[in-house]
Amino acid sequence: MHLVVCAKQIPDPDTPPSAFKIDEATNSVVPAPGISPILSQFDGIAAEAALRIKEAGGEDAKVTVISMGADSARAAIKQVLAMGADEGVLLNDDAFEDGDSYTTAKVLASAIRELGDVDAVFCGRQAADWDMGQVGLLLAEELGWASAIIAKDISYSEGSVSVQRVLTDGFETVQMALPAVMTVSNEFGEPRYPKLPQIMAAAKKTVTQYSAAELGLDAADVGASGSRLKIEKLFIPETDSNVEFMRGDTPQEQAAELVRRLQADKLI
Amino acid sequence: MSHNILVIGELDEGSASSTTLELLAGASEIASGGNVSVTLLGTGASQAVGACAGANTAYASDDAQYDDFRGDQWIVAIQSAVESESPDVILVAQSIVGREIGPRLSHKLGTAVAMDCVSISDEEGSIKATRPCFGGNAMATYGFSTSPAIATVRAKSFEVIEGSSGPTTSTELPAASQSRTEIIATEAATSEGLQIQDATVVVTGGRGLGDAEAFGEMESIASAIGLDKAAVGASRAAVDLGWYPPSQQVGLTGKVVTPDLYLAVAVSGASQHMAGCSGSKTIVGINRDEEANIWSFSRYGIIGDYKQIVPALIEELKKASGN
Repeated sequence: MHLVVCAKQIPDPDTPPSAFKIDEATNSVVPAPGISPILSQFDGIAAEAALRIKEAGGEDAKVTVISMGADSARAAIKQVLAMGADEGVLLNDDAFEDGDSYTTAKVLASAIRELGDVDAVFCGRQAADWDMGQVGLLLAEELGWASAIIAKDISYSEGSVSVQRVLTDGFETVQMALPAVMTVSNEFGEPRYPKLPQIMAAAKKTVTQYSAAELGLDAADVGASGSRLKIEKLFIPETDSNVEFMRGDTPQEQAAELVRRLQADKLI
Repeated sequence: MSHNILVIGELDEGSASSTTLELLAGASEIASGGNVSVTLLGTGASQAVGACAGANTAYASDDAQYDDFRGDQWIVAIQSAVESESPDVILVAQSIVGREIGPRLSHKLGTAVAMDCVSISDEEGSIKATRPCFGGNAMATYGFSTSPAIATVRAKSFEVIEGSSGPTTSTELPAASQSRTEIIATEAATSEGLQIQDATVVVTGGRGLGDAEAFGEMESIASAIGLDKAAVGASRAAVDLGWYPPSQQVGLTGKVVTPDLYLAVAVSGASQHMAGCSGSKTIVGINRDEEANIWSFSRYGIIGDYKQIVPALIEELKKASGN
């Protein structure tokens, strides 16, 4: 059994809005000083899903974590290795930069084909930076595999997988043949927190690096030049910040003042 | 410039969903004279096209196999409408359907999709899609280098065209094909009474409430306002802690609500949460943190411990309503 986790390193989404800055000239986010990038939380949950299956799957079960990114993305790979994944793959090439979801999926698919014997791929339901939520599905389409998104629970058996998905007003369980791609949601549960010995052990695990050429990809088909969706403007939206705090010496007076305002505005 | 737009509609208990009608309204504006078409799939589809105001042509299949959404089956049907219409723009809701159809259809058609858009516009003939990103901290506007341009659109991004009707006939789409995924179980998690998307007042509890029991007080606020208009929501943190059901989650990965009054109790106002409620007419915060992000979005606020303020608020609301 060979499972793959796709992991992305992103700016910490808990960066306070006051520290969140963008560079309008390059349509990119300026890293906030003193705040380290993190493994996208949904990808951590995807890793948890894969690792639980590996642990139930016996000795020949293997988890490989793949990340497309610069050398700094090794930190995200190392975190999933510390959680218990066996090997890492870093897809690092200048040609991959500034791509869209499509080119990202294309590069990830090439790496998964390169690994050869993969049974299932686990992605976060969306990356908590661009929030598109489409790489998992595009990856499945690139590979020609079945897919199920927004998983809350996964039960894996020889040759097939059943996935409980979160719908708008309920849940559904779907079954599909392997190989398949799944995206995992926060309802799945918290990812494990690696302890020091596991972090030390992760440092010794292999991380293989591939360039576009090594994956047989033409630089013109990936990254910015292969992108179909082009970002033209990134900006910080203006928010109304004319909050009026309710006066009063006691909670009762403040509450009464609020109720008067809401009635005057015909909101209640 | 005129555009030929295809809207991928959805049925809600046999009628075109409210988001479908919103998309059609948006489409007929952006089309500026071009053709607007709609697809509807599932029981009642061919009847439901009649209410699709804004559409000039309709494609439907009443095959009940479409009632439970399976992406691969829907895509085959939609592709047949795409072949007939050759749209340069395709719109679908950012729903459980759109989240899957958007990416998969874009791949099948050799093009791209912009997900979770809040505005679609025409700038000198080319389609631009604007969407929140970085949990709502930023907005991004995209252009497309391939055609058709596909966008999934957030609920309530367009206003429905009132008092108008849709096409009287529809072209029949093929019955459902084989699917690679088999639905083996479904479970409803619908909350009783008013749904948060339909409520004019939403009372939301956050992580700062401290425990599940405190949601009882949120429900008391809602009943003091009136259960015919108020419903209770929860932040993702509160849902992840198991304090309230996922069906009530407001935020980027939950539901988008746009009530007249959004009362956020012990909600810090993280951007991923605000992405689900920032379209509310009036936001009111109750929070002990003077620096909380919620104040950047609030019209009114009370700084303090909700444990003291909420009981007082319930009492005042009851007094005001004469109960």
